[in-house]
Amino acid sequence: MTEVAAAAPAAIVGRSLWGDAWARLKANRAAMVSLCYLILMAIVCIAGPWFVPHNYTTIYSDYVRTPPSFSAYPKAEMVQGALDDVLKRMRVDLKDWKLEDSRALVTVTATRPIDERYLRYIDRSDTFDDAKVEAKSADGLEMTFSAAVRQQYFFFGTDNVGRDLLSRTLMAGRISLSIGLLAGVVAVVIGVLYGSTAGFLGGKVDEVMMRVVDVLYSLPFIFFVIMLVVFFGRNFVLMFLAVGAVLWLDMARIVRGQALSIRRQEYVQAAEALGIGARGILSRHVIPNLLGPVVIYMTLLVPQVIILESFLSFLGLGVQEPMTSWGVLISTGAKNIGTANWLLLFPAFFLVSTLFALNFVGDGLRDALDPKDR
Amino acid sequence: MLLYVFRRLLTAIPTLFVIVTLAFFLIRVAPGGPFNQERGLSPEIKANLEAQFGLNDPLWVQYLHYLKNLAHGDFGPSYNLPDFTVGELFAKGLPISIQLGASALVLALLLGSLLGTVAALNQNKAGDYSVIALATAGSTIPTFVIAPIIQLVFGLTWKMLPIGGWGDGAFVNKIGPVITLALPQIAIVARLMRGSMIESLHSHHIRTARALGLSDWSVVVKHALRGAVLPIVSFTGPAAAALLTGSIIVETIFAIPGVGRYFVDAALNRDYTLVMGTVVVIAIFTIVFNLIVDIMYAVVDPRVRYD
Amino acid sequence: MSDATILDVRDLRVRFRTLDGTVEAVKGINIHVGAGETVAVVGESGSGKSQTMMAAMRLLASNGEASGTVDYRGRNLLELGKSDLNKVRGSKISMIFQEPMTSLDPLYTIGNQLVEPIRRHRGLGAAEARREALRLLRLVRIPDPERRMKSYPYEMSGGQRQRVMIAMALANDPDILIADEPTTALDVTIQGEILTLLAELQQKLGMAIVFITHDLGIVRRFADRVYVMRSGEVVEQGETEALFSAPKHDYTRMLLAAEPTGSKDPPPSNAPVLLEGRNVEVTFRIGGGFLAGEPMLLRAVDRISIRLKRRQTIGIVGESGSGKSTLGRALLRLLPSDGVIRFDDKDISHADRQAMRPLRRELQLVFQDPFGSLSPRMTVGQVVTEGLLVHEPELSGRQRDQRAVEALREVGIDPNARNRYPHEFSGGQRQRIAIARAMILKPKVVVLDEPTSALDRSVQKQIVDLLRQLQAEHDLSYLFISHDLSVVRAMADYIIVMRQGKIVEEGPTEAIFDHPQDAYTQILMAAAIDSTRIRASA
Repeated sequence: MTEVAAAAPAAIVGRSLWGDAWARLKANRAAMVSLCYLILMAIVCIAGPWFVPHNYTTIYSDYVRTPPSFSAYPKAEMVQGALDDVLKRMRVDLKDWKLEDSRALVTVTATRPIDERYLRYIDRSDTFDDAKVEAKSADGLEMTFSAAVRQQYFFFGTDNVGRDLLSRTLMAGRISLSIGLLAGVVAVVIGVLYGSTAGFLGGKVDEVMMRVVDVLYSLPFIFFVIMLVVFFGRNFVLMFLAVGAVLWLDMARIVRGQALSIRRQEYVQAAEALGIGARGILSRHVIPNLLGPVVIYMTLLVPQVIILESFLSFLGLGVQEPMTSWGVLISTGAKNIGTANWLLLFPAFFLVSTLFALNFVGDGLRDALDPKDR
Repeated sequence: MLLYVFRRLLTAIPTLFVIVTLAFFLIRVAPGGPFNQERGLSPEIKANLEAQFGLNDPLWVQYLHYLKNLAHGDFGPSYNLPDFTVGELFAKGLPISIQLGASALVLALLLGSLLGTVAALNQNKAGDYSVIALATAGSTIPTFVIAPIIQLVFGLTWKMLPIGGWGDGAFVNKIGPVITLALPQIAIVARLMRGSMIESLHSHHIRTARALGLSDWSVVVKHALRGAVLPIVSFTGPAAAALLTGSIIVETIFAIPGVGRYFVDAALNRDYTLVMGTVVVIAIFTIVFNLIVDIMYAVVDPRVRYD
Repeated sequence: MSDATILDVRDLRVRFRTLDGTVEAVKGINIHVGAGETVAVVGESGSGKSQTMMAAMRLLASNGEASGTVDYRGRNLLELGKSDLNKVRGSKISMIFQEPMTSLDPLYTIGNQLVEPIRRHRGLGAAEARREALRLLRLVRIPDPERRMKSYPYEMSGGQRQRVMIAMALANDPDILIADEPTTALDVTIQGEILTLLAELQQKLGMAIVFITHDLGIVRRFADRVYVMRSGEVVEQGETEALFSAPKHDYTRMLLAAEPTGSKDPPPSNAPVLLEGRNVEVTFRIGGGFLAGEPMLLRAVDRISIRLKRRQTIGIVGESGSGKSTLGRALLRLLPSDGVIRFDDKDISHADRQAMRPLRRELQLVFQDPFGSLSPRMTVGQVVTEGLLVHEPELSGRQRDQRAVEALREVGIDPNARNRYPHEFSGGQRQRIAIARAMILKPKVVVLDEPTSALDRSVQKQIVDLLRQLQAEHDLSYLFISHDLSVVRAMADYIIVMRQGKIVEEGPTEAIFDHPQDAYTQILMAAAIDSTRIRASA
């Protein structure tokens, strides 16, 4: 017998089509930058809320509709107003106050002796904290206390209810991105299974299956989605099932077209002539050649999903309080233009930039996997 | 050719039938009824209303009843806006939506085709890149972002346009909504046109035309363009149907009294007849426009004509 | 015939900008054409012969650029402005192309397309231009020209479309007609007609013709002078007869010798019959369906009987649409068919997939398109050993790899390359890999469906030699399907001529080639091997 060592020399590794595609993608600057941006966005939205000092549901009644700022709140002008609010609740009158470092020194008077327990109100306020009695008059009608002025940062401002927009935007990002990804996966899975079955089996089965797709396609898709939402109520899980269920149609059509054309390729006929069975043909020939268009289409699908979810949320049919998504935020923002533009601009920026990045990555993938004479 | 049209119409009727049936039963299966949502209705009044509208009859009786009326063009009364029949509601709102939609469509086709052609002729140069950038922007930014921004910039900041409202059809009131409607479509048409013009310009028969010394005009417009419009024609069908039946977002944001909002409100309020009416109108528009598209296709491409 | 040079190409270079850098397709060549001459530019694929003339006509793709001089009657075409260039193109110099099926605009009538260059260059009115168009259609011998004016291209055959192209090119009586492989995409019998037409038109109109081709037979019959190109350079040039009888350059000599030679001896008379078909019939249904009427029945194979003995090679020849490929696949049970098919004394006419599987290793098929028949995402090693996964499943991965090495070595491919992918190989190499894939299973019968048609002549010869060698070593029987008569003559000992699904004539090779009995066979043989000059006199 032949000596194995000498007869099976080390083989040179070739460059597969996937390798070629990856090289082309790396060369596409716009796509690579967008890819990094998307990864960054995902990290920021997922991990961000833990680093932002505010919770997305915390309401700061002192800070309703505050504009975004890099410097800390409260601004000097605001302290007076906050102080007035607190003192009103304490039922005392303001005599004098001043700011010393970051503590406010306040002197108040009242018609009845001031109970020290009223200092609670100060602690409950968003603006003040750690109230301490500095001095008290003998009759208890005048008291001087100091309180720390709590420094808050609202980089994106707050909304109509007093919630920090930054943390809400990031939480919304989690929702929008995860819906985009999950619904995209649902649409892809259904579409690929359906389309490849129809394309591969061909004949009558294919005809019937595609007729169904045609009829479903001609139904206005808004009708569909709204039907689904109306049916199942406003349930988060069902939301992305609904979204995925609407968008699988296009994927099914594309996959079926691809499956049909692959079936006619000579290498599939060659495999049949070798006696390879259906499973072998599917796994070695059909699916690897199907992946390219599927991947490309998925990157076009994810932005569509995100837009659709935002659209539904905009109409009030999507994600419900206290959960939020970019669509909900934009919807609120749209109603407040002119008076609180930041409510629209920040979430809109996040949404649009993410969509742009997805777009560029999708274009890059398309060029990498299927280069034609551009 | 006539046979072709006839055959297509024949297949349209069962499709319409299926859609109507599906819609009819689906909306009724959803929990709740048209008169449950309204607060403060005593049970007797509710029962009365339901009897009046025949909602106590078995479903299939209601279905046949509806079909009979439909055949006569009677969509029935709106359950939630009892002063109006569905027909009247559409007569009021549809012309408005159609005006906006048609303007947007024409703008999209003309401007989009022009931009796409310019991009194709300047492939991989500055003209091409700027059109691609515009097209990406137009198709990526959702309408519910564009609309408020237009309101913000043109309405509030520069005070060039009214912020909203129909203003009885005044021209300035139409600008904002039409542009918002048109932008994404311009982007899509430009992209499509660019792609198919590039392909057309690389085709063999264009090479022949050049080899024969024909003028640039003849090569581009007479030969390349005609072959390139086919994808645009296909696109126009569903796009026209969607645009002319009103956009929910644009009409909500700009406060336009069109038919766009009808469907959502009707579905949420279980206003059965209005839902059905909307579905039928949208389906008819879709079918009609798809038919027009198929005919246009046959006009442009003689190979399709006998089939 | 005057010798005044009207076209003088000097130091022409053509470059293309690609993703992998700049590719030089033409590396500085000199060509001249005299009035009324017929000049041939000959070369294999990749030689740059087409790009030379495309550059001259300024028809290069957008990523190409040309430098040098293309002098037409004193003006450099490469430097002319657009409008001046368009006065030359289509009226002084015309070009016809290889793909008649796609070179006409599908959306306009023939009349419309014919009239356009006439009006453009001669400024005639509509009615006069139309009369001219009719005259041209008659000149190129299109039957029923009045009706054809209103026809669309899709209503005409490839040969007819090429005639229309010629009419359009000659509409303005040009000085030079450039013909880029005008007959390659046409059937053999039509090829002859088009070439005769071109010769006749040259007689009548006196224009010069530049003939770009890879077919030396055409060159010999047609051209006064020849330029031989390889890899962007002219390696030899001269008068046709001189070049053919005494080639100077090695490459020219190789091209001339690349005609497949030799013949096949018939098998011994007691050889067993391996594969047999009796009254095989394959029918396709086209069209039909809801509201579209009855489907059309196309009888691709119409009651054919065939018997393949051991160590025999049967050549099945015919033009496109004759049904020869369909017959091959039906015999291998890759298509449903009626009639009796027997292999190795077993009746397999109705064997299903399961029953056929063990037999598949003995009945193999090699396809025409070497690229399409190799799965693009599998390495060459995987492609070649895929059959072993089904037929010898007990082999380990290493053993399969070993078999891949042997199989590749046998067909002359470096085994070290077995982890490369199909697109990294040339056409000829891919075909060898496809053959290796078939041979690795040690079959008895191999059906070869146009195995050399997509390859250059020189590569064809190598494949033919390889196939012969394998047949001798492994005792194989071949069913060789092809439209290329010279290759079939070298490979087969028995010929079957097919036309529209029926057998027109059959017999031993020499009998068919030397004394064809049927009229169709006679036309076929004449068109292919005719070596008399088409033109009457110099």
